[in-house]
Amino acid sequence: MQKKKFTFHVDLDSFIPASDAEKEYLVQMRPSSTFFKDGVKRLYKNKVAFVSFIIIVLITLSSIILPMIWPYSYEDQLGVRPGKPVDSSYNNLKPFEYGKTEEAMIEAGESVFPHVFGTDASGRDYFIRVIYGTRISLAVGFFASIIVLLIGTVIGSISGYFGGKVDLIIMRIVDIIYSLPDMLMVILLSTVLKMTLAPAIEGTPLASIGSNIISLFIVFALLYWVSMSRLIRGQILSLREQEYVLSARATGAKGSWIIRKHLIPNCISVVIISAALQIPSAIFTESYLSFLGLGVNAPMPSLGSLASQALNGLASYPYRLVIPAIMISLIVLSLNLFGDGLRDAFDPKLNG
Amino acid sequence: MNTKTLLYIVKRILLAIFTVWVVITVTFFVMHAVPGGPFVGEKATTPAVQAAMEAKYGLDKPLLEQYGTYLKDIVTKFDFGPSLKQRGRMVVDIIMDGMKTSLKLGLIAAVIAALIGIVLGAVAALRRNKFIDRVIMVITTAFVSMPSFIIGSLLLLCFSLLLHWFPANGAASGGLVLPIITLALYPMAYITRLTRSSMLDVLGQDYIRTARAKGVSGTKVIFGHALKNSLIPVLTYFGPMLAYIVTGSLVVEQIFAVPGIGRQFVSSITNRDYPMIMGTTIILAALIVVMNLVTDILYKVVDPRITLE
Amino acid sequence: MALLEVNHLQTSFFTDAGEVKAVNDVSFTLDRGKVLGIVGESGSGKSVTAYSIMQILAGTGKIVGGSVKLDGQELVGAGEKVMKTVRGNKISIIFQDPMTSLNPTYTIGHQLMEAIMLHTNRNRQQAHDRAIEMLRLVNVNDPEKRMKQYPYEHSGGMRQRVMIAMALACEPDILIADEPTTALDVTIQAQILELMGQLQKELGMAIIMITHDLGVVAQMCDEVIVMYAGSICEQGTADEIFYNPCHEYTKGLMRSIPTADTAGTKLQPISGTPIDLLNMPAGCPFAPRCDNAMKICIHHCAERMTINKAHAAACWMNVKKGMESGEIVVESTEEGGDDRG
Repeated sequence: MQKKKFTFHVDLDSFIPASDAEKEYLVQMRPSSTFFKDGVKRLYKNKVAFVSFIIIVLITLSSIILPMIWPYSYEDQLGVRPGKPVDSSYNNLKPFEYGKTEEAMIEAGESVFPHVFGTDASGRDYFIRVIYGTRISLAVGFFASIIVLLIGTVIGSISGYFGGKVDLIIMRIVDIIYSLPDMLMVILLSTVLKMTLAPAIEGTPLASIGSNIISLFIVFALLYWVSMSRLIRGQILSLREQEYVLSARATGAKGSWIIRKHLIPNCISVVIISAALQIPSAIFTESYLSFLGLGVNAPMPSLGSLASQALNGLASYPYRLVIPAIMISLIVLSLNLFGDGLRDAFDPKLNG
Repeated sequence: MNTKTLLYIVKRILLAIFTVWVVITVTFFVMHAVPGGPFVGEKATTPAVQAAMEAKYGLDKPLLEQYGTYLKDIVTKFDFGPSLKQRGRMVVDIIMDGMKTSLKLGLIAAVIAALIGIVLGAVAALRRNKFIDRVIMVITTAFVSMPSFIIGSLLLLCFSLLLHWFPANGAASGGLVLPIITLALYPMAYITRLTRSSMLDVLGQDYIRTARAKGVSGTKVIFGHALKNSLIPVLTYFGPMLAYIVTGSLVVEQIFAVPGIGRQFVSSITNRDYPMIMGTTIILAALIVVMNLVTDILYKVVDPRITLE
Repeated sequence: MALLEVNHLQTSFFTDAGEVKAVNDVSFTLDRGKVLGIVGESGSGKSVTAYSIMQILAGTGKIVGGSVKLDGQELVGAGEKVMKTVRGNKISIIFQDPMTSLNPTYTIGHQLMEAIMLHTNRNRQQAHDRAIEMLRLVNVNDPEKRMKQYPYEHSGGMRQRVMIAMALACEPDILIADEPTTALDVTIQAQILELMGQLQKELGMAIIMITHDLGVVAQMCDEVIVMYAGSICEQGTADEIFYNPCHEYTKGLMRSIPTADTAGTKLQPISGTPIDLLNMPAGCPFAPRCDNAMKICIHHCAERMTINKAHAAACWMNVKKGMESGEIVVESTEEGGDDRG
């Protein structure tokens, strides 16, 4: 056979067949884990997404808690008291500045809570207005996304699961709505709803939320569900082809049971990511409309309306613009970054 | 151009016309939900205007007939009715006046956004994960998260009020610089990111490897093979970009007091000038629809693989 | 002098998860006009070897050691200027997936002519004619019409022919075929292989055929290299490898081919899964899956051992067999081993 020349310390025992245990030892497989755990781990490692998440949580918490404990309220014009003449010393205070009346109160020994961001032209504490505006923006963003999510999911599932004529009709409607220039339609609808809705809901509990916010929700419900429904439909269509649906069918499961048990759970990661990215765009839209005056009713503040009101006195009080500007940007940025992080962590296609 | 492409184009044009019709219809019927209808102001208008309206629109006639008249006037005469607030002026004239400035603003912003965006995106893709890439990504992420009115307001504050580099009034000379920059920033950031990811995707494709294996030089691979393919998804953004510029101009013109169609629109909203609101909505929507149509057709021409839906 | 000499080539990919040693000390030679087959599973490093020769490694891949000499000229470290004259000109490569290997936005004619005009002095018209000539050579009918068409208008088999035409347009010395028929139907496979064999004889070029299909190897290759986990297990002439495999992995491969004799019996695949290149163990990479693994295999990877003039393998079984048959005499541990044949 061969001549083998080698200088080597040979231990004859080495040529005994190796045991299975020894072979196992060589192979160190990487520990496997579930999709969800993998994703969360990845997300955790993503520092940017993590920081963004913390920021969102902090902002949300403060927007909920602070108005409850702050001594000033967002609509309270501090110089206006029933029965007394208007005291304009509260107006247009700079951050941490005190008005004349307030200074007198301090001299008299009373403690006056500082105006961290000063006051606006009507004597309202600006800090709490910003915080309250944040609360409105976040709430609108969040609930609008939920509405979009619900409507889009329902319609998309129906369309995707039943197919055929139903699917065709729904998709045509989706196409039409999709091709409408959304912002213009939103402005149009908001304008009209503003006029018509206010008298309509007067006296009902809805009036306390404000007709404009409701009209915002209506607008979102009418127009923005389309991309979500397309997404869901696509998911369902691809999942329909999966084997286990066939096998479930074979055992006689009913249509809706199939939808609930098999198809929906698999869409969840895609849906959650999409919903997460909807929130910043809803906030975007709301602040835009508020800026134009189509958003929340005065005196309720929104970051958008605060910004637009700040334009008037911009040269003298630039911080009135900068603060809501930073706030909106921070919120939208954090939500976007977090959504990106979610997508990077959970989207199976992106993981090589 | 073969018949398949032609059929596609015809189909798209028909769809566009249909969409514009839907817009007109929706606008008309939605506006009629306003108490009293869109052609009656809240306060009493002058008897002359009132009489003109009655004659023209038959305000007591059934709704569908009013709709028919409205539609007919638009399609045959481009007549959107008189403005309620600007006495004696027709909506369509006011809009055309404003369009001159707004078109200039929008087109320049679009071109700047596209050019700079594509260049930056390509640079970022080619220097992936290096310093310049990270810088570009951070800046674009920031701009993509800021609404146009925020950017505009901040620019106004910084460069106009504080530094006095540019006038705050859009009508003044040099007054269009800040508005253009404001409008261009978001699309530019978006295009940069889009180009970058598209190019990264293309660079990983097999045919790029084939080109290298043939001995094609690095530069030629990028500019000849990769760039052409990378730009295709970017092209699809042009339609939405123009839509953004249209809606963005509403606030930007407001902030910088630019005498354009956007500012007109906003004041007509505040003033409840309903014929103006309707007319502007329809015209702007039609503009966007046409832009989307053009983009769709271009896309089909550029990428021969796209099949009909 | 051999046309291509590869010596101790090492290529690694530097990923976020660590260094992946895709090619781990590979050496072989290729003579003019010969067909060399590189066989192995996915992840064995066969494609990366080819890409290292042509220096078209993607992303984080780098040649970290060894030499590649074409006609005596060293390619490793030679720089882009040199490589540009080599690629597509002296060494050409065709890839596995013809569906994605052609640029979808350029016509076939454009892509063919690009290759031709890059490396030869032809003008556009001459390049055009040459392109048509090449299309005819690879049995593409109606070449003038095809020149103006786009890749998406053609089938996989047709695109692969175009790839071959593109690769051969400048009459390279070596054609590397990276799994050229894996993505094609069986009947088209046969046609493409026949075409390649025919062209090889006509043009006298050398071919490196990368495949995991032993049938292709048997049909076309003069010499064979068997790779596993980035290293060469065994190399030799096709006859030697097929009729006298000397590495446990090769033996496993041969056993797993169903033949007429084994009809009716159970298929015998190689158990286990390919190794994780990020966590390469000491010892023989194949040991965990090897039925005959010995204790020495766990701790030491065998060196390349010559079996005869045309055959070498890196497997301790040969030593064991040699000891059993008396051909190798080994002294006990204390004094170290010297053999006496």
